[in-house]
Amino acid sequence: MKRYSAWSVFLNGLTGQKNWDRAWRDPEPKPEYDVVIVGAGLHGLATAYYLARNHGITNVAVVEKGWLGSGNAGRNTTIVRSNYMMPGNRPFYEHSLKLWENLSHDLNYNVMFSQRAHVTLLHSPAARDAAARRYNTMRLTGSDGELWDLPTLKRKIPHLNYGPDARFPIIGASAQLRAGSARHDAVAWGYARAADQRGVDILQNCEVTGVLRDGGKVTGVETVRGVIRAKKVGFAVAGNTSRLWRMAGLGKLPIETHKLQAFVSEPLKPLLDQVVVFGVGGAHFYISQSDKGGMVFGGDLDWYKSYAQRGNLPIVQDVAECATSILPCLSRVRLLRHWSGVMDMTMDGSAFICKTPLDNLYLNAGWNYGGFKASPASGWYFADLVANDRPDPVVELHSLTRFEQGINLDERGAGPDPKRHG
Amino acid sequence: MIRINCPFCGERDHSEFSYGGDASVKYPPLDAPAEQWLEAVFQRENIDGVQFETWQHLQGCRMWIVVERDTTNHEIHSVRPAHEGIAQALAESEGGDV
Repeated sequence: MKRYSAWSVFLNGLTGQKNWDRAWRDPEPKPEYDVVIVGAGLHGLATAYYLARNHGITNVAVVEKGWLGSGNAGRNTTIVRSNYMMPGNRPFYEHSLKLWENLSHDLNYNVMFSQRAHVTLLHSPAARDAAARRYNTMRLTGSDGELWDLPTLKRKIPHLNYGPDARFPIIGASAQLRAGSARHDAVAWGYARAADQRGVDILQNCEVTGVLRDGGKVTGVETVRGVIRAKKVGFAVAGNTSRLWRMAGLGKLPIETHKLQAFVSEPLKPLLDQVVVFGVGGAHFYISQSDKGGMVFGGDLDWYKSYAQRGNLPIVQDVAECATSILPCLSRVRLLRHWSGVMDMTMDGSAFICKTPLDNLYLNAGWNYGGFKASPASGWYFADLVANDRPDPVVELHSLTRFEQGINLDERGAGPDPKRHG
Repeated sequence: MIRINCPFCGERDHSEFSYGGDASVKYPPLDAPAEQWLEAVFQRENIDGVQFETWQHLQGCRMWIVVERDTTNHEIHSVRPAHEGIAQALAESEGGDV
């Protein structure tokens, strides 16, 4: 497999771009692997990559019911940030952002990571105080963060609705300058190619239909392409975790599956240089502009549990209202596409990277709204967990047992109601 | 839009309602062991298929109802008041001349 470089682009240009290798193989399943990861999304592929890269475990299969990156990898708004405050979340998302910063070089694949700043609008002195606390915490723990007063914000983003008649007048913003966005497909393809190069088998159209157990020990998975035995099995199927959990003969989880919609407009000339977040008085809205010019934006969950990957109209209206209230210049822009993904919403809004009640079975789940930005660190620490059979101290709080211990990781302070953790 | 047939108000858009959650969850007595409370507060079946769930008709009669709905395609199979006594009284009044 050749490395991608400016030189390789030039050479292949001379031969009409006809001599590129496949980016990854399409192997037949082997009867047994050291590790089988279920789910070839961003988290599963990243896990396989870091198993090979950090731990030298290359006899690995990633099994996927559709094609790789066909779930939430393509159903998000590609925002990358680390402005989390709680212990446990803070170091985890900071590590993820650091991995993002070097990801294109590491994978030899341009994931188009753009550190264009993540700007949260503030509308009241109380919100400014809370932001000061959060961003000071970030600065004290190795990250960056700024508070912008109104003149600074107006200079950076001149076309927000600063009118005195705005329902929620803007008084300033908090900004993380190292945050930004990336190209979702490139992340999936980059991890897939890099994992494949190190010997990982990516088995697409290989839906898991059962989990093989020998008493309290997991020994493999049944798939539509036959039985695959494994010394260790990892689940990374956010949205469908409860389904797989039942296949393993396990009971309930602190997870509900909800759906989250997102939207992209027709392409526009450069309009918005940052990721902008608007959240006050029941509104919840985030927007950025893709490299192709489309405005990519989203809002709240659909507010009821659902496994259907399709959205409902009240949220479309809600999001459109948010868009035009904060960026009135968008009022005549037409929508191009709109999609919905199924989220593992957890009881405290935080994820799971942990061991399970069964030996040799490991869980990566519960990513709520935050799965995209988390994927590099998620793969990093999940691979570490699978390889060493113990969680790294950074993800010790991301356990299934935190609820019985009373150490919930509730960043939003919303309590045990999954739909409130958006 | 999902249309929910409220037993008190008739068929309305789901945007008039607020989603509660899994209706099979029963809270234990206050002095029950912590494990039972852990189960009731945090643990969920998260069914992919037909489940009973609570909704409140927040923008209408404000009553809590139990909806039997398929979480994979949003089809509703039945609706009844969440309060057992009211559900029973309603069933009796519909069934005979009261």
